[in-house]
Amino acid sequence: MTALKKLPLRVFGVLVALWLVVPTLVVIPLSFTDRNSFSFPPPGWSLTYYRRFFTDPQWFGALLNSVQLALMVTVVATVLGVAASFALVRSRFAGRGLVNGALMAPMMVPGIIVAIAVYTAFLGWHLVGTVQGYVLAHTILALPFVIVSVTAALRTFDRRLEQAAANLGAGPWATFRQVTLPILLPGIASGAVFAFVTSFDEVVVSLFIQSPSLQTLPVKMFTSVTNEIDPTIGAASSLIVVFTTLLVLIPQLVRRSNAN
Amino acid sequence: MPTDRPASDQLGARLRITGLTKRFRGADAPAVDGVGLDIAPGEFMTFLGPSGSGKTTTLNMIAGLEAVTSGTITMDDKDIAALPAYKRDLGMVFQQYALFPHMTAAKNIAFPLRQRRMARQEIAAKVAEALRLVRLDGLAERLPAQLSGGQQQRVALARAIVFGPRALLMDEPLGALDKKLREELQVEIGRLHRELGATVVFVTHDQEEALALSDRIAIFNHGRIEQVGTAEDLYERPVSRFVATFVGDSNIFDGTLSGDTLTGDGFTLRVPRTGTPGGPAALVVRPERLRIADAPAPDGNALSGTVTDVVYQGAYRRILLEFDGGVPGTVREPVGAADQVRPGDRVHAAWDADAGALVADASHGGHGAAPESATARDDTGGAAMMDGAADAAR
Amino acid sequence: MTALSTHAGTGPPAAPPAADGRAARRPRTGRRIALLVIPATVFVALAFLVPMVRLGWLSVTSPAPGLGNYAKIFSDGISLPIMGRTLRMAVTVTVVTLLCGYPYAYLMTVVSARWRAVLLAIVLMPFWTSLMARNFAWVVLFQDNGPLHSALRVIGLGSVHPLGTATGVTIAMAQVMLPFMVLPLYSNLKGIDRRLMPAALSLGARPIVAFGRVYLPLSLPGMAAGTTMVLILSLGFYITPALVGSPQQSMIAQLIASKVQQVLDFGGGGALSFALLVVAVVLLALVGRVARPTTMIAGSGES
Repeated sequence: MTALKKLPLRVFGVLVALWLVVPTLVVIPLSFTDRNSFSFPPPGWSLTYYRRFFTDPQWFGALLNSVQLALMVTVVATVLGVAASFALVRSRFAGRGLVNGALMAPMMVPGIIVAIAVYTAFLGWHLVGTVQGYVLAHTILALPFVIVSVTAALRTFDRRLEQAAANLGAGPWATFRQVTLPILLPGIASGAVFAFVTSFDEVVVSLFIQSPSLQTLPVKMFTSVTNEIDPTIGAASSLIVVFTTLLVLIPQLVRRSNAN
Repeated sequence: MPTDRPASDQLGARLRITGLTKRFRGADAPAVDGVGLDIAPGEFMTFLGPSGSGKTTTLNMIAGLEAVTSGTITMDDKDIAALPAYKRDLGMVFQQYALFPHMTAAKNIAFPLRQRRMARQEIAAKVAEALRLVRLDGLAERLPAQLSGGQQQRVALARAIVFGPRALLMDEPLGALDKKLREELQVEIGRLHRELGATVVFVTHDQEEALALSDRIAIFNHGRIEQVGTAEDLYERPVSRFVATFVGDSNIFDGTLSGDTLTGDGFTLRVPRTGTPGGPAALVVRPERLRIADAPAPDGNALSGTVTDVVYQGAYRRILLEFDGGVPGTVREPVGAADQVRPGDRVHAAWDADAGALVADASHGGHGAAPESATARDDTGGAAMMDGAADAAR
Repeated sequence: MTALSTHAGTGPPAAPPAADGRAARRPRTGRRIALLVIPATVFVALAFLVPMVRLGWLSVTSPAPGLGNYAKIFSDGISLPIMGRTLRMAVTVTVVTLLCGYPYAYLMTVVSARWRAVLLAIVLMPFWTSLMARNFAWVVLFQDNGPLHSALRVIGLGSVHPLGTATGVTIAMAQVMLPFMVLPLYSNLKGIDRRLMPAALSLGARPIVAFGRVYLPLSLPGMAAGTTMVLILSLGFYITPALVGSPQQSMIAQLIASKVQQVLDFGGGGALSFALLVVAVVLLALVGRVARPTTMIAGSGES
């Protein structure tokens, strides 16, 4: 009887799940079309657009730019975020709440506002279209994710482990390297993955601070939807979906196989 | 130990603390207030007291995990109060073990040796020996999460002794275990203490545990040590009302002392002759010193009262009374020794004049740790232990 | 376990430096560690705080000093209708995500652990699949001769063209926003004692009453957290309306973007931005009245 009563709920849940997943996946078969459009179903199959994605300097260059920027942002945001998290969790200082709010604000303020604020400032500082500009802007967008993830790990960290390490003869640096860091690593890693994805995926700010010579993949995708109709975006989209899914799933799978 | 463990030589430092005080910022009263103690080499010293009495803070200061506000800590006459924890060479077993979750049992035990830059083979040998010592051979490669509570405790113990520390500090090490395991590990800790000849400072709030293990016990209350002594000292000669009620059951009679009589509300009692000057005082009499009698005894003390309850506890029974005048009392008698009394019976309780201990009344009502409730505590195990102590005293 | 005595397990109680200099110093405590927050703060100041202040300054000085840019919002005949449309859209999206997200989050609390993991992975998927990829997918789905159009034609609705309509934008945006509703709701719902509903039923409450009087009030904090997130994000959403919507249906974010990018009206764009912020803060406060502010933060940071 309860199973029957839950049936509508389950059906509804499945529908919502399909709504969440299917549209994104629909693109994948369409990307193998042999036509110059996304008519459904595709009349014929080919790898034309995948070939073009990897050979067209505009597309492939955008991909390389995105990957490089995302890697730099990951390093910078993770280092800054981990350091800030230690300060936020382990010390009390005047204005701590304010600083925390400031670090989190870029996540809360609507993206378009961040984008034009950054754009107008960067215009004045000649940072538009530069690597430094991208890294700076993406880092502040990625920092909240690192801080949320690392402070959560730090809050559940049992500080007696550090006391135990000290008691057993480990100095401050040895304690940090051998005890604190390894235990926080999952939290730091998940923050780093989020930082990478945030930068790799960022569109709004990038749309404003782009230049013809330095364009990221999401920006290239945006302009290809709005300006021309270039089916290469289907291949790009599918590749990103598969790549980011792997990026997120691999740590989980590794963790699971470690546990066994 | 058959092997040439340097550990067994090094363990066994003399620890001396004087005027040790810890004041936490924002707290009204100091958490530890002028504690002084001399712990002999190889001695098993237990800090016993209720929660918040300052025993763990004192231990943490000895370990260097908590900064000292004032006072000194010396180890073999060397002042260590200013040394950081990692230079003190004191092994510590933490509450809830504090094992490194990302290291195997063997790696955990090897940790202090690695910090001391020991050669790899030597580390392996010492780890294997420590594992054998705590009977965990075969579990070396398990992570803490894959070990039971008792096994984790043994790893923590091995980790604390493997590097040959000067003394072993234990902070409620058995608190997280169930009763059976706790007793098993008590035996184990006792064995290790004897085998290694280690100086041990052991913190607990469980009097049974304290009595089972310790050479001496320091009773903590409100950041101070109320009394230091052997189990027998504490049981037979408590110096304060708090000690009398915290360790074992007792009958307490408040009154005014003059010469060798104590006069209270509706009673006059003969008390052991001591040098105590007259004034407010309390007489502490342990339950097994009392006898149920039909009529007042000619010598010694006897008080009349009403039986409120009779509780059978195996080999003996506890008879709870209310003396005329309202003072509650407890008598412990071997089962079958006397006539059956029932709740409601009018009886006399008698005891020898020298059977009790006088304590100053200063603590009357002054201690917030509700010592009265300690009396009523249904701690049969502890009571049974005290039986042993009392027997030994006779 | 036994009660902790003194301060053992609770970490450093704000470790005051010892009164006399001889006291033991614990590793890495004290004030030095606070300095670690400086680099991140400098970055945020450079790339966020200073630009925001500059933008605010521009909004009252460019092209002319004064509140002209703000007055124009009320007088230009474009900004207010677009703001109204944006608000309507944000509220619609929020209601849709709440209506769809609540049963989904509830379902997550009642299924087996394995299914819960699957449902969680599905709701997290938008977090890691590219925003552009998802929006592009909606463009493809909605286009004429696209999969949806073909499917609708089969059931005789061939005349429906969702691309460029408000309905299309709502469907696409709600999908993008759904995780921000489901995650805080789920972390709230899973904390509600499952025995409360049977208890209420056993006391004679009809199921609908038991739900309304017991379960629903307890889930208010989660609803407030999710609603806040979705509202704020929807208000400033740029990508989906720009791609799936039409210029005739543009939202405030597009207006701001076009002012800055096309006519280089930084003052006007800045004024609109701060107006949008004010609207967002007012909405936040309104939602905040429903649930205590402390509980609203919980869950929004789920990762």
